[in-house]
Amino acid sequence: MDLIKPELGLLFWMVVSFLIVFFLLKKFAWKPILDMLKERETSIESALQAAENAKFEMARLQANNEQLIQEAKAERDNILKAAREAKENMISEAKDKATQEADRLIKIARENINNEKMAAITDLKNQVALLSVEIAEKLIKAELANKESQKDLINKYLEEAKLN
Amino acid sequence: MRTSTYNKLKISKLSLLLAVFAMIFLNIALLANEPAPHGNEEAKTENHNGQGAENTDHTTTAATGHDEFDGHGEEDKKFNPGEMILEHIGDAHDWHLFGDVAVPLPVILYSKEKGFSVFLSSAFEHGHKEVNGYKLLHNGKVATVDGSEFYDFSITKNVSILFASLFLMCVIFISVARSFAKNRGKAPKGIQAIFEPFIVFIRDDVSKASIGPKYEKYTPYLLMIFFFIWINNMMGLVPFPPPFGGNLTGNIAVTVTLAVLTFIITHVSANKNYWSHIFNPPGVPGFVLPILIPIEIMGVFIKPVVLTLRLFANITAGHIIGLAFISLIFIFGEMNAGAGYGVAVFSVAFKVFMLVLELLVAFLQAYVFTLLSAIYIGTAVEEHHHDEHDHAHAH
Repeated sequence: MDLIKPELGLLFWMVVSFLIVFFLLKKFAWKPILDMLKERETSIESALQAAENAKFEMARLQANNEQLIQEAKAERDNILKAAREAKENMISEAKDKATQEADRLIKIARENINNEKMAAITDLKNQVALLSVEIAEKLIKAELANKESQKDLINKYLEEAKLN
Repeated sequence: MRTSTYNKLKISKLSLLLAVFAMIFLNIALLANEPAPHGNEEAKTENHNGQGAENTDHTTTAATGHDEFDGHGEEDKKFNPGEMILEHIGDAHDWHLFGDVAVPLPVILYSKEKGFSVFLSSAFEHGHKEVNGYKLLHNGKVATVDGSEFYDFSITKNVSILFASLFLMCVIFISVARSFAKNRGKAPKGIQAIFEPFIVFIRDDVSKASIGPKYEKYTPYLLMIFFFIWINNMMGLVPFPPPFGGNLTGNIAVTVTLAVLTFIITHVSANKNYWSHIFNPPGVPGFVLPILIPIEIMGVFIKPVVLTLRLFANITAGHIIGLAFISLIFIFGEMNAGAGYGVAVFSVAFKVFMLVLELLVAFLQAYVFTLLSAIYIGTAVEEHHHDEHDHAHAH
């Protein structure tokens, strides 16, 4: 049968043209296509890898940020606390100082008052003594104005002196 | 894990192979049940032999030839499906378009005495005329008038299809490569997007899966045979304007070339492991070797033969079946015009069905040829796994 008998002409042209086109396409189509496919695949793969890395980095940064925020918050709390303490210290110190000053002033005032009082009392005493002497002088003058009464008094004193 | 996936792959390949073989047997059975072309061919050859014997008398050559052809012509008024089908799937020196219109193709002949003779096939005037001592036989072949030896390198119908398809491949794939270069590092576009999935499929699922780590060296060849077979199968399915509608991948000269190329590549790249599996199969007792080695050697040569025949038989059978359905219309039409129209409905339905099936077969056969080529190359470059054996012993 003709069908299963390869013809020389077709066989020849097939071998020649197929091989020529094969090497032609290998150089100008298959190799470049396969190379570019591979290049694209590796670039996609590396891009995906980079994205994954970026995600990790982001997560790491976020964790970092969180930590920083936590630290900042703690720092702020510490500062606030210290400030509050300082304020309280200042207030109490001021209060103490004020009390001390007031006490001192009161003490001084009290001493002054005392001194003044003592001076006044002394003065009063002197005055009273003077007045008493004057009053006694006047009384004695009045009592001893007549002779009878002088005599009586002398007698009385004499009697008392006898008893002793 | 690895072995289980490998086994799964093997099983799926095996079932695919079984399906393909079932199809081939079906096709061959159909071929065998086609008595008309075979019988006719025999009758024709006998006829020509008879003619040759008569033609020893040179003076009457032309006249006898004319008579013979005319006689045939009258016989051919009756529709002869076998002849029609064989004409369609076979080769020719011109391209028959319709009616009496045919495109002549160049005839290139070489003989030791006359050297090269180059002329258009129209110079034969359909076998009525001798040119430079050559004549055109009724079966479309060229012969010398005096019966001397010569070689036929003509650009026949199939050779022109071959050139056209290879040219088409150059155009397509160089523009795909250009498209790749233009869209470097970007998403595929246009013609690149059409062919990229197939290229990646051949590279990953055929080449890488069957050949293993050395696949990169062989991928261009596998891509080439895959697209060559597929494009030619598809071109054969498109019926009319030349260079479509031929039967190039259903021609044994083409399939044998492809199979022999695979055979050469396999055995040029074969390593020690491959040869030792043939001549000194590991773990086989000595007395079996005299039986096993011849079988292994036969296997080496059966592989390309099987590759050749599978593609040839599938594509030729597909063309024969399609044409047979069309022939039915004319066979019944000769009996009765009404019967012809009636049968036409069913014939066209079946032809459409076959055409859709052939679309699948066109891809499948290209895939199977490529896959088997890859598997053959894979067995030739596979390295012996010392480690696995050692591990197996250790455990």
